[in-house]
Amino acid sequence: MTILTDNVSLRLSGFDLLRSVSIQLDLGKVSVILGPNGAGKSSLLGVLTGERSPSKGNVVLHGRELHQWSLQQKAQMLAVLPQHTLLNFPFTADEVVGLGRIPHQTGRRRDAEIIAEALEWVDARYLQKRFYTQMSGGEKQHVQLARVLAQIWEPCDLGGRFLVLDEPTAAFDLSHQKLTLDIVRQLASTGVGIIMVLHDLNLAAQCADNLVVFDGGLVVSQGSPEEVLTEQLIDRVFGVKSMVVPHPVTNRPLVIT
Amino acid sequence: MELRPVSAPLLIWILALLLPAVLLLSMTLGTVDISVAEALEATANALLGNAVPEQIYTILFDIRLSRILLAIFIGAMLASTGAVMQGLFRNPLADPSLIGVSGGASVGASVMIVMAAGLIETGLLVGLSLVAMGAFAGGLAATLLVYRLATSGIGTSVTTMLLVGIAIGALAGALNSLLGYFSDNDMLRQISLWQMGNLSGANWTKVAIMALVAGSLLVLFPRDSEALNALLLGESEARHLGIDVQRVKRRLIMLTALGVSVSVALAGMVGFVGLIIPHLVRLVIGPDHRWLIPSSALAGAILLLVADSLARVLVIPAELPTGILTALLGAPFFIALLLQQRRKV
Repeated sequence: MTILTDNVSLRLSGFDLLRSVSIQLDLGKVSVILGPNGAGKSSLLGVLTGERSPSKGNVVLHGRELHQWSLQQKAQMLAVLPQHTLLNFPFTADEVVGLGRIPHQTGRRRDAEIIAEALEWVDARYLQKRFYTQMSGGEKQHVQLARVLAQIWEPCDLGGRFLVLDEPTAAFDLSHQKLTLDIVRQLASTGVGIIMVLHDLNLAAQCADNLVVFDGGLVVSQGSPEEVLTEQLIDRVFGVKSMVVPHPVTNRPLVIT
Repeated sequence: MELRPVSAPLLIWILALLLPAVLLLSMTLGTVDISVAEALEATANALLGNAVPEQIYTILFDIRLSRILLAIFIGAMLASTGAVMQGLFRNPLADPSLIGVSGGASVGASVMIVMAAGLIETGLLVGLSLVAMGAFAGGLAATLLVYRLATSGIGTSVTTMLLVGIAIGALAGALNSLLGYFSDNDMLRQISLWQMGNLSGANWTKVAIMALVAGSLLVLFPRDSEALNALLLGESEARHLGIDVQRVKRRLIMLTALGVSVSVALAGMVGFVGLIIPHLVRLVIGPDHRWLIPSSALAGAILLLVADSLARVLVIPAELPTGILTALLGAPFFIALLLQQRRKV
């Protein structure tokens, strides 16, 4: 039960955005994708979620090629939180989160429960009846997070669930960054596969089971945070001199620059 | 904190009760005085198969009711296509004219008015249906052109479609002016009357055609309500919610083109209903298309019916073109509502 990319390449207007990428993303694990700007992280998410078809190679979800699943089946198993959402119509938070239930036929009452619980989980219950268009950037992102949580709220008969998040913490203050990563860890412990792009190496080190580092469309390193986050790699990929020491509490790598 | 003044089901109830009231009132309006009681009595008798004075029957049913129903169907169709287009383009300022259909239809009509001028003067009916066919063909052709130009291997770009639609609209305007420049006074008047929109030519054939088209649209549109809701988030977000975006887009654009072309063919260009009604309804009940589409249809029917009734009686014994009234009534109301909304926020 995985998402696999098998030798995936993506070429767009003469640029190689992904070059022979073969990675495996497991259920129940938090996989974090790292890399400098333009390394191919967004291209990878595009390919993984079916937004872009690879020029070469295959993306396989639960043993079937991604495009062989219908759009609705895929939506029942795989939710995607984009970096920005350009919603400029005055839905209430309730209604936005309710959009996450579109792929399912669970009935209005059950959906309402899920919507309320999802908002509660992201600490945004107070936004329930407020208009999305009048919220701050961070509040909007909370509501969107609740929306994708509602989308994969319950186990699906077709296969395990995945949640893809593109820089989910960018708009959040410190406490909500932590909340988001807690939610992600909890989801993973219930068997959901998490695929997340992050920029902050320390956040990644704290919450990831598996790191994948991209540079120039290639996977340059993958493994546990301890294996991947080394001073040499950070210098080679990001061009930044750093020190990597064990975190005094969690013992995970701590990058000091 | 609930900022929406009226819940969606309540609004639908209000509008659904208002529509027959306005209909009845409108049947009593006109050059010949017929009171509400008389109209009700005649309707009851006609329905029961009892005798109704022939003059009353002709005025009430053949003249007034056919025109009223035409206004209702066109208003419902224009407002619901407006709601659909605003959702599809994720832009509350969109209206059906954006996809080129109105421009194309008006050029089609103008071409026919100029080319078939002789026919219009002699055989009135043939000439008028030629104009209608010209409008219908022009509207569909322009939409297809806009759609084609905006569609590439990766799908239909809504932004390109908007820009091409504007360009086609400008082109249509230029062609209309060109045709107007080279036509004689009579044709010029016909062209400009056409562009003002007019329901005075209503008859039962037109009502039947419009009822069929508006009915189909109102059955088919709600099936894509959830897709439209998802599309407000963005196209890739909608795909991630399991929506086949390209198919939804193609279907809704073609249905809109069909509806608007037919309405322009039957009644000329009635502007503004498709723009303001969905906007107004959204201010009241929010953007959920499951409620927005039916509410807009009802509100559009009422607005066009009120506007057309006024067009019939304001300058008795003459009449005003309906399109003038829709804008004249709608625009100030719309601005007042916008201002009120701004103060609240």
